[in-house]
Amino acid sequence: MKYIVSLVLGLLVGVGIFAAGLLFNPFIAEQGLSPLSVTNAEVITLNFANVPAESIAYTNDGESLQKPHPEKILQLWEAPIRMTSAMVTVMRGARNQAAGIGVKFMSNSESTRLLNGEMIVDSVWYVYLPEHGSFFIEQTENYFPFIREVAFPAWRSSANSWRGDWLGDLSNGPGALGTATVVGGSGRLEGLIMEGVESMTVQAFSSDSGLVSAEGRLLIELPASEFADDDELESP
Amino acid sequence: MLKTFFLGIVLGLVAAAGALYALPAVDQVRESSIVTVAPNGGNAEVFHINIPMDRIMSGVPGQTATVPPGLQWPDDESLAGVRAELFKIRNARDTVVGVAVRGVGEKDGEEIIDWVLHVPARGSVFVNMEVVPREGGYRIGEIRAGSQEFASMSGFLTERWVVNESGGEDAPAGRIELQATYVGQLEPLDPAESIE
Repeated sequence: MKYIVSLVLGLLVGVGIFAAGLLFNPFIAEQGLSPLSVTNAEVITLNFANVPAESIAYTNDGESLQKPHPEKILQLWEAPIRMTSAMVTVMRGARNQAAGIGVKFMSNSESTRLLNGEMIVDSVWYVYLPEHGSFFIEQTENYFPFIREVAFPAWRSSANSWRGDWLGDLSNGPGALGTATVVGGSGRLEGLIMEGVESMTVQAFSSDSGLVSAEGRLLIELPASEFADDDELESP
Repeated sequence: MLKTFFLGIVLGLVAAAGALYALPAVDQVRESSIVTVAPNGGNAEVFHINIPMDRIMSGVPGQTATVPPGLQWPDDESLAGVRAELFKIRNARDTVVGVAVRGVGEKDGEEIIDWVLHVPARGSVFVNMEVVPREGGYRIGEIRAGSQEFASMSGFLTERWVVNESGGEDAPAGRIELQATYVGQLEPLDPAESIE
């Protein structure tokens, strides 16, 4: 009997060591600086609220950490869309002025590989900026660094919350440098193929209710010579 | 006994690693796609949206009865011509398979209508519609971009409003019918295969 107990205890300790090793694995590299942060090209910078209650609308299966907003919005409970969430938000320019509307669809990805430090979400954006036109963003996002550095410490804390200043790039592909693909649809952006990066800053997170204070940012790199005289949405 | 404990640790490590490697962390539910061959080439797939039950959100400036209740659409002057509607989309078997957004924008008299269809297990399609409906009351638009399964496809999407005349009490008022016609990119055959 005592051998069985010690074997079971050993198994539990082994699983615990593995989980700790996964979370604190030094070989899972940080993504580092976004390639678009150091580009010389013209960029469009768009900021948006990442907290569902601060967005225009947010919905998911209704059983996830983040609660749908407004409260009576239709929930995505059907099996094929249960792992999907949708958000509609105001996109703001570099000077915090309303620049357009953005709609984001996010679905948990089957390419998630926790062993490699990849918690992947397939997401697309539809953004319409009255001054510039509409565009579509396709990307895979990796939430593993966020889970490791924000969500896990919040879960471990006695107050079930985390406060600090976390900044990370979420975009993880399909571009070779971890950039998203951006396709212009109409207006001045029509026909343009661009690259983009989505990042997130988090100041407060609760393991009971999700993001408490957070902001998202989209950085879109314009092809050379486009928008040369445009300073309205240019990044700092 | 200590040896058994250490053996347990090793087994625990191996079991956890094996489980993570072998078991999928995410397994999306797939509805088999209902695709037909279009008479003029390409493949056609029909989606529809039952109105009003599949409407998730209707963002229109200045509306009084909002969908969903409590929605606060921005009243910023710069967004005066922007409308967006969010829907669940269904396949030909009337099963919900994805979500979609229909964006409408108007600036200086120029209007745009866009669709993005997002089918979680398959990918997304971005379509620019012609503003003026064609004879027969339908609009047509070009597939501008796609992701995953739709990444290498081009083609068209048509939208039309179909009124429900069944008169049933719980029947929808009608449906938005979306027919996608996909044309895949030609990919050269492997030389070895073509010789065979």
